[in-house]
Amino acid sequence: MIAAVIQFFEQHPLLWTFVKAVVLASFTLMIPLAVIWIERKVAGFIQSRLGPLHVGPHGTLQTVADALKLLLKEDIVPDGADKRFFYIAPYIAFISTVLSFMVLPFAPGWVALEMNVAVLFVIGVSLFNVVSILMAGWSSNNKYSLLGGLRAVAQLLSYEIPMVLSVLAVVFYTGSLSLTEIVEYQVKHGWNIWHPPIMIAALIYFICALAEINRTPFDLPEAESELVSGFNTEYSGMRFAFFFASEFANNFFITAFAAALFFGGWDGPILPPIVWTFLKVFVMIFVFMWVRWTPPRLRIDQILRFAWQLLVPVSLVNLLFAIALGVK
Amino acid sequence: MLNSYIPVLVLAVLAAVLAVGMVVLSFLLGPKRPDQRKLSPYECGVTPVGSAREKFPVKFFLVAMLFIIFDVETIFLYPWAVTFKDAPKAVQAFNLIEMGVFIAILFVGYFYMLGTRALEWEESERAQPRRVQLSDVARKLEPASREEAVLPR
Repeated sequence: MIAAVIQFFEQHPLLWTFVKAVVLASFTLMIPLAVIWIERKVAGFIQSRLGPLHVGPHGTLQTVADALKLLLKEDIVPDGADKRFFYIAPYIAFISTVLSFMVLPFAPGWVALEMNVAVLFVIGVSLFNVVSILMAGWSSNNKYSLLGGLRAVAQLLSYEIPMVLSVLAVVFYTGSLSLTEIVEYQVKHGWNIWHPPIMIAALIYFICALAEINRTPFDLPEAESELVSGFNTEYSGMRFAFFFASEFANNFFITAFAAALFFGGWDGPILPPIVWTFLKVFVMIFVFMWVRWTPPRLRIDQILRFAWQLLVPVSLVNLLFAIALGVK
Repeated sequence: MLNSYIPVLVLAVLAAVLAVGMVVLSFLLGPKRPDQRKLSPYECGVTPVGSAREKFPVKFFLVAMLFIIFDVETIFLYPWAVTFKDAPKAVQAFNLIEMGVFIAILFVGYFYMLGTRALEWEESERAQPRRVQLSDVARKLEPASREEAVLPR
């Protein structure tokens, strides 16, 4: 039975591609439901509350209910909005998030598309997010949106550079741009994180990842207390849901990317590989949430100065350090 | 060669269809009772003051320009990093020196950026508050000339 199915898909590769695409797209839509629930639970416990409790066991269905509620909401486009950009911005955010999941290896062989330039692909595709944020912020005809969008773009672009440089250290060590090959290298030679230069690179990556997914202390693009909701202030209903979903899916992705680059991906004893991937990802997501409720928010000039005057030179020097140790 | 990227296109189209489909579904299911207040841009319940298409600090634009310069340079390092280990020893040595020079040039550009105070945001706060003008940026980009840059207004 199973063999017949496999044979059928081997004969129709395009159909198989389509099945993988469906699975991946629905996975990207489902994972935010889980991450948002965890976020709200963690936030609750950190603030001595219980978090969502009533819908489903321990409130697990709360985010599903919220998604359904958003589906039934009115779709409002404000007066004076630039309609074309306003309409397509959430789609671009969602598509760029889904595409970045495409090259992510979950377990041996569990990768939607084996690509030899996966790391570059991820860097390129995830930058489309910036475009969507700028579109949303500018087209909304709202001052909060404009400010939030501008801040978001400045911040995402500034932190992209140290991030790309820290990933470069890993690429230098493993000599490959394919995520699968990077993980396989680590299965053979031990996790990348144990090399001192990559340890520093991982720390830089962690800081940049916080900034890239707009988390406190870098959550200026949607600083609630000053900008209402930042670039997505004017969005409602399903359009807002897509921004929200792609933000949390990005949260998942950026940790999974870190797991593959620094923490050996699916590598681990006893448990099956897929469990290890998810374990590492969710531990990192928990750390991200923990950080969110600990330090206060910074100012935009402080954030940019931190990126350009500290992270960029440190990551460049760290790259030289990595080269010095890596050359034999 | 390009055939291997067909799955990317398939997934992009599928994601777009899914997203548009859900928004259309929401449009069909949701209420449609627009009124003037609801459609006006949100400004914490107050009638909007002025236009949102305001001037904004040119610093944001400067950040974007710096990003383009640095990002192109860092992306240029990638192919180098991938091929480095497989190369023969002599080529490796050459690559190493070449990249050292490249990073040194990157640092020169970086220090020039710092020297021109391209990312100092507080400057205008210390003086009386005023809008950043194009001539300010031109002056910053050319630290040697103390005179105000002559620009067509």
